[in-house]
Amino acid sequence: MKRHLISTADLTREDALLILDTTEQMAQVSARSVKKLPTLRGRTVVNLFFEDSTRTRTSFEVAEKRLSADVINFSAKGSSVSKGESLKDTALTLQAMGADAVVIRHSASGAPKLLADSDWLHGSVVNAGDGTHEHPTQALLDAFTMRRHLNPGVGHDLAGRRVTIVGDVLHSRVARSNVHLLHTLGAEVTLVAPPTLMPFGVETWPCQTSYDLDAALTKADAVMMLRVQRERMNAAFFPTQREYTRRYGLDARRLALMPEHALVMHPGPMVRGMEIESTIADSDRAVIVEQVANGVSVRMAVLYLLLGGSEPAITTSSANTSEETGK
Amino acid sequence: MTTAAQRQVLDQGDIARSLTRIAHEIVERAKGADDVVLLGIPTRGAHLARRLHRKLAEITGRELPVGTLDITMYRDDLRLKPARALEHTEIPVDGIDGKLVVLVDDVLFSGRTIRAALDALADHGRPRAVQLAVLVDRGHRELPIRADYVGKNLPTSLRESVKVKLDETDGVDAVLLGESEGSAQ
Repeated sequence: MKRHLISTADLTREDALLILDTTEQMAQVSARSVKKLPTLRGRTVVNLFFEDSTRTRTSFEVAEKRLSADVINFSAKGSSVSKGESLKDTALTLQAMGADAVVIRHSASGAPKLLADSDWLHGSVVNAGDGTHEHPTQALLDAFTMRRHLNPGVGHDLAGRRVTIVGDVLHSRVARSNVHLLHTLGAEVTLVAPPTLMPFGVETWPCQTSYDLDAALTKADAVMMLRVQRERMNAAFFPTQREYTRRYGLDARRLALMPEHALVMHPGPMVRGMEIESTIADSDRAVIVEQVANGVSVRMAVLYLLLGGSEPAITTSSANTSEETGK
Repeated sequence: MTTAAQRQVLDQGDIARSLTRIAHEIVERAKGADDVVLLGIPTRGAHLARRLHRKLAEITGRELPVGTLDITMYRDDLRLKPARALEHTEIPVDGIDGKLVVLVDDVLFSGRTIRAALDALADHGRPRAVQLAVLVDRGHRELPIRADYVGKNLPTSLRESVKVKLDETDGVDAVLLGESEGSAQ
């Protein structure tokens, strides 16, 4: 990874900790009366959203504005894209307008990488979710939320913490990004899903898999419930909603199985009554609203580290090798 | 690590005496230092602020609010260097509105750090007044900024570098003057 954030698999442990530590300082800004920093003054950030998203786009927009960047929202609906413009021509247009960074969400997996590898754009590319591939800033905010509760402190990782991710893993870019990042930070991840919603090739991922939610809950430090993404489903993946809820939904009985300190997380938007019971979502065990607040801080940190200096602070693994030779 | 090219200009005793004198000057000028808030600029300014805080507690018998102010995101040279890690900002719980803020840093050089600090302060509140305490003033200002309390005025050439070492970070208290190796303060 150079000047882009495409996948959490590109982040070294040092990169990930730098982002989390920077996020810790950015979170302070959100608590002040003047929630504004002059850091990205004069820089233009384009939010290029080919897929509907209110939460993520708003979160990025707040982060960009808090850093004083000029923000341009470019959504596919009602734009030249709906008239048949290609990604390349859109990118060339943004380049001509002087975009310093492009935050892109696309329904096609790999679109941000295509943009980053191309010479259509000279700015940084930040992946805000591509198809069923990755959603790195969501994983970073999840890791940040977990660290605050499970191992607070600057420079700390998540070594030995157990995270259970439950639900529609097949369609979840959040799960994919989380598996890579949490593994890098030393956590042990268990994916729990019906066999039909477990991705092909999951055995090569750095995590465990299980079909038994109750067993996985008893030793979890954090449980992340995923939404069943019906809009991406073109076949019947489970018989009925009721059966899914009974086998893979989080209810009061299952909450009681979890350790006292374990967190309940959800990347949102959640479907109450489907993957999570309404009372659980509102309980004090759930950190779902906190995740949203941390999302702004994480995105500020990423944008600062990519755009704040003459070159990004998040580098390739060359930093590690020079450190090793120095010893 | 003191190389032959580096000359020690202040030792542990000199630094301690300078801070004691500055603490007395703060009390004198602020007429008892009732509304003083000490804010150190990381990393060494923050340590100096904490030392001043202890001296002021001895003199006045009261615990004054002390904190740190990271100015990284307010720097005017952000785009000239790679993005750097941020330091911790900690504003005392009662805030800085209407208070006399004393900024504390180790070396006063171009004045650009202090300009950034003044910008950062404005985003945290509106102090009654802002004063500046530094351990070393080495001259060569590039902005109309001056210190209110100076540990030592140290005339230097631009080729020289001033290095402040403090026990908290470097295991030793000393101010060293040497030939610049591209790492001036």
